[in-house]
Amino acid sequence: MTRKLNPTLLIVLLAFPILWFAPAGLKSYGLYVVALWLVMSIAAMGLNLTLGYAGLTSLAQGAFLGIGAYATAILTVKAGWSLPASFLVSTGLSFAVGIVLGFPALRVKHHYLAFVTLAFSVVVFLVARNEEWLTGGVFGLANIPRPVLFGIDLGGGLAFYRFVLCVTLVLTLVMWWLLHSPWGRAFLAIRENALRAASLGIDIRAYTLLAFAIGSAFGGAAGSLYAPLVEFIDPAPFALSASFVLLLTVVAGGAGSFFGPFVGAFFSYMLPELLRATGGWYLIIYAAVVLVLVMVSPTGLLGLIDRWRDHRSQRRAATIRAAARPTLGARQGPQQGSAS
Amino acid sequence: MTRVLEVNGIRKHFGGVKAVDGVSFHVDEGEILGLIGPNGCGKSTLFNCILGQLSPDDGEVRLDGKAITGLYPSQLNRLGVSRTFQLLQVFPNLSVRENLILAGQEHKGTMLKRLFGPRDAGLTPDADRMIAFFKLEHLAEQKAGGLSYGQQKLLDAAMAFMAGPRLVLLDEPAGGVNLTMLANLKERLQAINRELGATFVVIEHNMEFVMSLCSRVVVMAEGKVLAQGSPAAVRADPAVVEAYLGH
Amino acid sequence: MELPRPRPRRILGQPLTLPMLRMGPFPLPGREREKNIRNADMDQFLQLIVAGLATGAIYALAAIGFTLVWQTSQTINFAQGEFVMLPAILVLAASHVGLPMWLAFVVGTVGFVLLFGFGFKRFLVEPMQRHGVLPLAIATMALSVLIKEAAKNGFSAEAQQFPSLVPEGTLSMLGAAVSVRDLAIFVVAVAAILGLQAFITHTRTGRTMQATAQNPTVARILGVPVQRMILLTFLINAALALVASYLISPVYLAKFSNGEHIGLAAFIAAIVGGFNQIRGALAGGFLIGLIDNLAAAYVSSAYRTAVPLVVLVVVILVKPEGLLGRKEERTV
Repeated sequence: MTRKLNPTLLIVLLAFPILWFAPAGLKSYGLYVVALWLVMSIAAMGLNLTLGYAGLTSLAQGAFLGIGAYATAILTVKAGWSLPASFLVSTGLSFAVGIVLGFPALRVKHHYLAFVTLAFSVVVFLVARNEEWLTGGVFGLANIPRPVLFGIDLGGGLAFYRFVLCVTLVLTLVMWWLLHSPWGRAFLAIRENALRAASLGIDIRAYTLLAFAIGSAFGGAAGSLYAPLVEFIDPAPFALSASFVLLLTVVAGGAGSFFGPFVGAFFSYMLPELLRATGGWYLIIYAAVVLVLVMVSPTGLLGLIDRWRDHRSQRRAATIRAAARPTLGARQGPQQGSAS
Repeated sequence: MTRVLEVNGIRKHFGGVKAVDGVSFHVDEGEILGLIGPNGCGKSTLFNCILGQLSPDDGEVRLDGKAITGLYPSQLNRLGVSRTFQLLQVFPNLSVRENLILAGQEHKGTMLKRLFGPRDAGLTPDADRMIAFFKLEHLAEQKAGGLSYGQQKLLDAAMAFMAGPRLVLLDEPAGGVNLTMLANLKERLQAINRELGATFVVIEHNMEFVMSLCSRVVVMAEGKVLAQGSPAAVRADPAVVEAYLGH
Repeated sequence: MELPRPRPRRILGQPLTLPMLRMGPFPLPGREREKNIRNADMDQFLQLIVAGLATGAIYALAAIGFTLVWQTSQTINFAQGEFVMLPAILVLAASHVGLPMWLAFVVGTVGFVLLFGFGFKRFLVEPMQRHGVLPLAIATMALSVLIKEAAKNGFSAEAQQFPSLVPEGTLSMLGAAVSVRDLAIFVVAVAAILGLQAFITHTRTGRTMQATAQNPTVARILGVPVQRMILLTFLINAALALVASYLISPVYLAKFSNGEHIGLAAFIAAIVGGFNQIRGALAGGFLIGLIDNLAAAYVSSAYRTAVPLVVLVVVILVKPEGLLGRKEERTV
């Protein structure tokens, strides 16, 4: 292993101080938008693991966001728990529900899985809307407190934003570390070639379940930050559409690329704010941009950059190859095995 | 001599087609067994039954005397049954070394230990030894997708041996490989058999390759075992000649 | 004339999500007659069945188009519901510009088929097909938002009346009063489906299309002009959506958000029936239509949206190929 600092980590560590100081001049609305971007990036990071690394199409991330947000709201408002404790419980709850929902993932894949998770999203939404005794129904839960941590009052916009930033940093590092562990290698192997992965001893069922559950836990963690960020929650932001937008976010950013969720979330949650001046047309512009983007680059915005880089390195490799001809035997066409 | 693999009366039908119709054979420790037969004789179906890709209608498979019929491919692998595929199956976006680490990691400790353990699961030395054995040193850091076909084939074989398997099943290792590379592959397989005492079963079309590599050959035709014995004996068997040339 | 007004829903501050496919109470044909169904007698049950068959026929139209398009081109069209919503809006938009009603129908029909039959296939599906199922599905999700928001901002956010081709009124059937409109919807939709079936089984082009749908790869090897056959299925899909739109809009009113419910119901119908079968989509459509109407009457109104979804999940887990579906071949 090289001792050089990994470029991905370097970007994370450089971005942190910038994001720490840059928004200091923003008004409370601006801070809210930037914090929302981070929160949604966490949720998208989770879905990116599920979709981009483990290859499972899930339409339930919005529901996990909701589970985390409601669990935190209920625990802090009704039971008077502290935010850190609620955060851990919300994340753990999402992980557990993710395991349960992950079982269908073992039986079905692709569009079928999308529909199972879609059904789950609708049920979560209906529970949030209908079980008034627990969730406040359509009236929601108000006055979700922002805590005082280590003597620092997180009530203010900037303080809470920085708190969200710190949690985002920790979770980003956790994700990075997970993806670079043997588990990350196994997730990738399952996505690229499940049959071969199984023949190498990789337990497809266990890893699939874990990818799904960890992705869901990130969704729950994001929800747990979302609740004190907006200080009031109702069912609407966790409707099926939230799951769709999160899926669009991951794909638009670049499924399976590490910073894809951050780029995608910028695109899905900050851009609409910038376009708000256009009135009702902002969704049209957003949808049109996504449509064009997916058509131009199905691997997302970061895929576009990768393609450009590959193109350059291919040209370089071609030059090197041309200089060092011919050493290897005839290079045969791609994988033409004879049938048996 | 220890019997590593025993296959007893495996039967697999698809509708009315008897793809494998009561096949029995065994593999002894340290042996290279060839499994040959004309197209559609049921070799691949048999392979898939042994490896847990298909479940046989009848019969049983034993590894070191323990029944392993119906286990999942990943479970079989962790018990020491390793395989290669007819088509190339390396992971193109991982480096050569990462491919080998991947091939060995599931044999190291529990899932939780792997998660909190070193990133390479402590397998870099093993991987580098395997890379050296298959003479891929100059390519260790390269992405597997950028290798030539023959090099990928070597990597594919190396991955099968990474975890120190009890038994390796090679599905058409010579398919689509040019002659130089083929000699190289054969020489490496014989060396691994000699030096590590590894046991394997090879499915092949290339008769020359099988006859010169294997110590014993099983010939299948129409879902049944037609003949078995040393390459010379099998080659002289009139039934085998009939099966290959008769129609 | 009493039309079922969509119940005004409280949409609370929801700053940053797309209001796509939000689950909410949706007026189905016959809903206003079912208020006190808990002491239902046989009459009301029969009414529910007829209403369910009418709703189901609409779902079946959408589900069949969905299935055809999936079979030939592996397109999961998340905008299918919007395809059913849009034609009525186009007709109304054309008539608002000042065209006479008959001309508005012509303009709406031709415009829709050109845009979402031909254009959809040529400019969206064709360039994206090689990238696989997911990017294309994402693109259709974006398209559904685009259509819906364009209809809302470009035309109207309010539900609009749509001219009915069938008179109001009830008919006595087995002693029960049954809505003429429900019956008409059922009859016209079934006629359209039978027409499609006749086209598929009795014409050469239809049989070729069917063969392409069942196995595009083999069809290509046999020299079938696959792209033309795919285009044909997209045109048929557009035509079925048109029929559904013109049938349902007088009842539901024409509104930009109508596609949410219909699209979801069509997916469920297609999967429950069997994703790879036209008759599966047909059966699934009727089944979901009936379940929809019966659940509204006999199950808790708060959770009735969940009932078809529960049916969906059970089918996916127990018989993933659908009730009438074939198992898709898996290679080892």
